[in-house]
Amino acid sequence: MCGIVGIINTDKRKIDGSHIREAIRIQRERGNGLGGGFSAYGIYPENRDKYAFHIMYEGTRHNPVIGQVESYLERKTRVYQSEEIPVYPNERIPRGPHFKRYFVKILEEQINADQTEEDCVVEIVMNINRMGGAFVVSSGKNMGVFKGVGYPEDIADYFRIEDYEAHMWTAHNRFPTNTPGWWGGAHPFTILDKAVVHNGEITSYGTNMRWLEMYGYFCLLQTDTEVISYIYDKLTRKDHLSMRDACYAMAPSLWEEIEREKDGKKKTLRQIYGPAVVNGPFGIVLTHDRGAIVLNDRNKLRPVVCAKSGNTFYASSEECSIRLLSPEVDEIWSPRGGEPVIIDLQQEEGREVA
Amino acid sequence: MADMNNNWKVVPPFHPEFDLERCDYENGCTICAHECSFGEIGLRPVKGPDGQVRQRPWANLTSCGACQRCVKMCPRNAIHIACQPMYTSHNYWSPDYVNAIWRQSGARGGVLLVGNGATGPQRRYFDHMMFDACQVTNPSIDPLREPMEIRTYLGRKAERFGEDMGPQLKLEVPIMFGAMSFGALNLRVHEAEARATRAVGTFWNTGEGGFHKSLRGYGANTIVQVASGRFGVSEDYLNSAAAVEIKIGQGAKPGIGGHLPGEKVSGEISETRMIPVGSDALSPAPHHDIYSIEDLRQLIFAIKEAVEYRVPVSVKIAAVHNVAPIASGIARAGADIITIDGFRGGSGATPLQIRQNTGIPLELAIAAADQRLREEGIRQTVSLVASGGIQCSSDVLKAICLGADAVYVGTPVLIALGCGVCQRCFSGKCAYGITTNKPGLAERIDVDEATGALENLLHAWAEEMKELMGSMGISTIEALRGNRDRLRAVGLSDGEMSILGIKHAGA
Repeated sequence: MCGIVGIINTDKRKIDGSHIREAIRIQRERGNGLGGGFSAYGIYPENRDKYAFHIMYEGTRHNPVIGQVESYLERKTRVYQSEEIPVYPNERIPRGPHFKRYFVKILEEQINADQTEEDCVVEIVMNINRMGGAFVVSSGKNMGVFKGVGYPEDIADYFRIEDYEAHMWTAHNRFPTNTPGWWGGAHPFTILDKAVVHNGEITSYGTNMRWLEMYGYFCLLQTDTEVISYIYDKLTRKDHLSMRDACYAMAPSLWEEIEREKDGKKKTLRQIYGPAVVNGPFGIVLTHDRGAIVLNDRNKLRPVVCAKSGNTFYASSEECSIRLLSPEVDEIWSPRGGEPVIIDLQQEEGREVA
Repeated sequence: MADMNNNWKVVPPFHPEFDLERCDYENGCTICAHECSFGEIGLRPVKGPDGQVRQRPWANLTSCGACQRCVKMCPRNAIHIACQPMYTSHNYWSPDYVNAIWRQSGARGGVLLVGNGATGPQRRYFDHMMFDACQVTNPSIDPLREPMEIRTYLGRKAERFGEDMGPQLKLEVPIMFGAMSFGALNLRVHEAEARATRAVGTFWNTGEGGFHKSLRGYGANTIVQVASGRFGVSEDYLNSAAAVEIKIGQGAKPGIGGHLPGEKVSGEISETRMIPVGSDALSPAPHHDIYSIEDLRQLIFAIKEAVEYRVPVSVKIAAVHNVAPIASGIARAGADIITIDGFRGGSGATPLQIRQNTGIPLELAIAAADQRLREEGIRQTVSLVASGGIQCSSDVLKAICLGADAVYVGTPVLIALGCGVCQRCFSGKCAYGITTNKPGLAERIDVDEATGALENLLHAWAEEMKELMGSMGISTIEALRGNRDRLRAVGLSDGEMSILGIKHAGA
């Protein structure tokens, strides 16, 4: 069991982190203090053209892997800014691993002929994660992830997320069951600009992970959730599927429904992307530059509620989080299993595309 | 070969025993003697207290193979099969080895032949792999309440949407009936396989003995085989089926050809195989036009041209030491499906020493081949079919977890029709009428009943697979394919687990 919340201002109006902190705080029952985290989009406007690498280093600032990562980054990228992420230890979270952030541009000569710039970023992330003791927490542009072991409101205070302003926020409250509670294992999980908060357990993990390995994604974070961000990245960025088709590939309809389709597209998608089907109970909010998707497993074995209030879209494990922020919403509903809710910020007015 | 006088009598390991209290011979019953096609049960006249002579069943102690036909057919349940006690007192010289030398030094001499798959003590890895199940954190799924999908498509998949797909075979159940030829089996069994696979929505394989004209209507559920003897192969033949399989090897006899004796080549078989009546049908050990991988590529594409790329082409190999790179080569040679046949796979006839000592276990072979195809990034381009030694629905799912897309079963088909696995398929005397074309024996197969039995088997295994998947929290079989995370080893070494790609239980 876990709790998730997403807040998306489709007019890109920015709000500080105190709102999402409150929204996830009242879902305390859904977590057990072993993980909390936040993703925030639009927080680094002055560095919007650079990849913001949030990196977690185990141990202290004297961990030798820091030097190893930094010299690797300096070889592959131009580092414009390198700094510690400010943290504010308190009595509930007196200490944590060492967090740094780097604003970088990829050096063109470091991009192989068969790579795009983003492929190169993925490669850098995978290589850092394999160094041992260093984990890339987020790697997108103008976004960042703050996460750790603790209740989410305490993690919020540890990073003082109210100091950040974003147009899109997600939060996670963790109750780990199949993997240890450790700082790198808290949600959101990210690759490039994609961040996933997930409530569930992925029984297809072995299949998904081995399929992703064929395409250069390595699952090293001791949790099942990271596969979702990688699958979505592979489907949308590498295979150029639309947001809707990518959701369809991850949670396809039944064969007997597919048989009734006329154009055969869904059948072909399911045949090709069988290894990308995400099985087991899940409710996710997946965010990226372009917008967000909310998706449930097709048996709807986890709760997700969506709502709209003016130019704000909400998704949450519990309705109370939404009502807390916006008691009188315009519209509130529970999406059906396997049927994605898609918020496309590039669409006119950023409306949900049905 | 010398006709030796020291023809030591081979002590038959089994014999029937009759409970004469139950036996109905006094009323003239002689069913057992007629049912025994191996000449083990004779009839002996005995005079009863009323002075009348009656025929009483009698074990000849010459040829019982424990096929259990007499036991099953006796209306009074008066027969059981006994195993010869204290057959040898020496625990190194087991009866199998002693008997083999007696047979070889005696008048028969020569290479010993057997039927069915290997019987040796090698590890059955399936038994050392346990499934996961949902507890607390993840609800298990009840297949009676929730949809549970096991449909599978075989064939080359595109790497990404928008690229070309190869032709696909649609399997409603990821179990097909493996290659067993007309000649090895009789036409009634082939018809039952064809009808059952059509009813359930899967495929059967003709084997290398051609595709009988009376069954061509079942082509949409048929895979035809092209083997080294090329029996029955014509343009019509290739175009009559849903897929074409090139048989390079077979798990029961890797590197060995086949031989259907001339006396078995009757009119129907002669016509279907396209060889003269009474001539021996010899399948060479290799294809004499395939001496390397580039030759295989030519045959694959010659067939694809002949079928105008409408149907997938499969290549079947025995599981051997180098199976992983061989599978990679076959995928790159253009095959749409690769079938890997483990050393436990059955056969109508195979040399004993080959059957027992050649090839490798299916589980290791599938795991190694799947991993290699992934490392090379070409797993999407080809489907993997596991065969050879699959004994139950759990084996099917475990093979799928290790990386197979579907499986072939052969021996289970025979067992469903009554077979007691007595290993004498090559004798032509099959008491169940399965591996024989002899009039009087072949008629023991009732096609309607046999069809029903095979449909039942497929449905039963499918239901069991759905139960197992539900307990694991898996609602569609794609999510289990190559999902080694759902398996844990019990009692395997690090080396074995590393090849299988699974962790030990508790880890």
